[in-house]
Amino acid sequence: MYNCSDLKKGLKILIDDEPHVIIGFDFTKPGKGQSLYKCKLRNMVTGSLFDRTYRSGESFKPASLVESDMQFLYQDDSGYVFMDQKNYEQIVLTEEVLGDDKYFLVDNMEVKVLMFGERGIGLTLPIFVNLRVTISDPWVKGDTATGNNKPATVETGYTLQVPAFVDEGTLIQIDTRTGEYVTRVKE
Amino acid sequence: MTHFLREKHDRLVERARIVQTIRAFFIESAFLEVETPQRIPLNAPEANITPVLSDNWQLQTSPELAMKRLLAAGYKNIFQISHCWRDDERGRKHLPEFTMLEWYRSHYDYTQLMTDCENLFRYLLPQAQINYQGHTIILDQPFEHLSISEAFERYTDTSPLQAIAEDRFDELIAFSIEPQLGLKRPTILYDYPAELASLARCKTGHPELAERLELYIAGLELANAFSELNDPEEQRQRFSKEAGIIPTNGSHPNQLPEPFLADLQNMPPAAGIALGVDRLVMLLTDSHSIDQVVAFPPEDL
Repeated sequence: MYNCSDLKKGLKILIDDEPHVIIGFDFTKPGKGQSLYKCKLRNMVTGSLFDRTYRSGESFKPASLVESDMQFLYQDDSGYVFMDQKNYEQIVLTEEVLGDDKYFLVDNMEVKVLMFGERGIGLTLPIFVNLRVTISDPWVKGDTATGNNKPATVETGYTLQVPAFVDEGTLIQIDTRTGEYVTRVKE
Repeated sequence: MTHFLREKHDRLVERARIVQTIRAFFIESAFLEVETPQRIPLNAPEANITPVLSDNWQLQTSPELAMKRLLAAGYKNIFQISHCWRDDERGRKHLPEFTMLEWYRSHYDYTQLMTDCENLFRYLLPQAQINYQGHTIILDQPFEHLSISEAFERYTDTSPLQAIAEDRFDELIAFSIEPQLGLKRPTILYDYPAELASLARCKTGHPELAERLELYIAGLELANAFSELNDPEEQRQRFSKEAGIIPTNGSHPNQLPEPFLADLQNMPPAAGIALGVDRLVMLLTDSHSIDQVVAFPPEDL
């Protein structure tokens, strides 16, 4: 159990049986008054943000989270299916949990899944992923608004800006942290 | 030299200048500088302050009791700059070990201490202006005076007594009222509900109010002042009430500071004020965090 003096940025606690992370923290105490611990919290399952103020004497259960090495298998109606590399058990992550990460999943990709008990609540992708360009119009010379870049869509449906020389069918490397183009991949 | 200390150099130089200027102000105003022990058998019981224990004694949470015993012995105008300790208080404006300036005047009441505050600030800042975190605060006009009930009326949807009944008083002060205070000129918040001032005298004709005030500049709470209670019996009752609601205050939960209570009957009418020196330095050096104005926050030791 944690008490109020343990509260700080980055601490993960259970609120209503769901894991929350403290993303902002301030201690204050008006003259002769009670200690107040103002926390900005993020629900690690739904992503929702809210403020809550605690007082001395309150206690908190730690949210125990583990990261498991998993392999992405396939997507079906139930969601995105991953397999634990250690015990070969399969779990499903929903589109809501994945967010934009769904655009960077490639069959058999090795990822880390953040597990809260039996539930997968987050994903850490490899930093770089290779994806093939499926749609990209030829660059129009003199289109100064976009510089030397043009829009392109890759096989997963993700759209990004690429340099003018990237054609449909080219394999490109994307940085999953920023979602931006890195380089062409030699095949 | 450690990197974080090198970054603090200019602020620590300014801090030294401020402390020396405070001392010069009180000496020029005919105050006697006193030193009282920082390790004491027992602090005044206060519901929301946890003393740091030292062997079977405590580190002072404030030099208040010893300074009032000096008043009782006939010392008239006294001041002290000393370290105080309050356990588990740590944040942008709080250190568990901090520096407090306290001064006391015999035969004065709390309103006259405000004149001292105005004079001290003008002595510290001949330019009569403070720039703090984007606010410009002017000192060459009278400070704003705002009673607690006016502040609740202006900045909240409830009254002080209703807020106490609903246990929301501290939250409203901290999050709705404090950030609005002292943004253009210093604000004096005064006349607290009596139950929130266990060492203060009640206002004549208004037993529900205590003669207590707080000074705010740029949303920072800087000083707390009382007309001091000098009725030993009433003080004993108020201490017992505070002691009764302290969850854990160390090894002597039921003891009261008896030598202080014994001396209190000899104390003349008096007023006293405690001003946080670290916060004053924050304000005068435009520092966002108290960590910037002390050489070593506890985490850096």
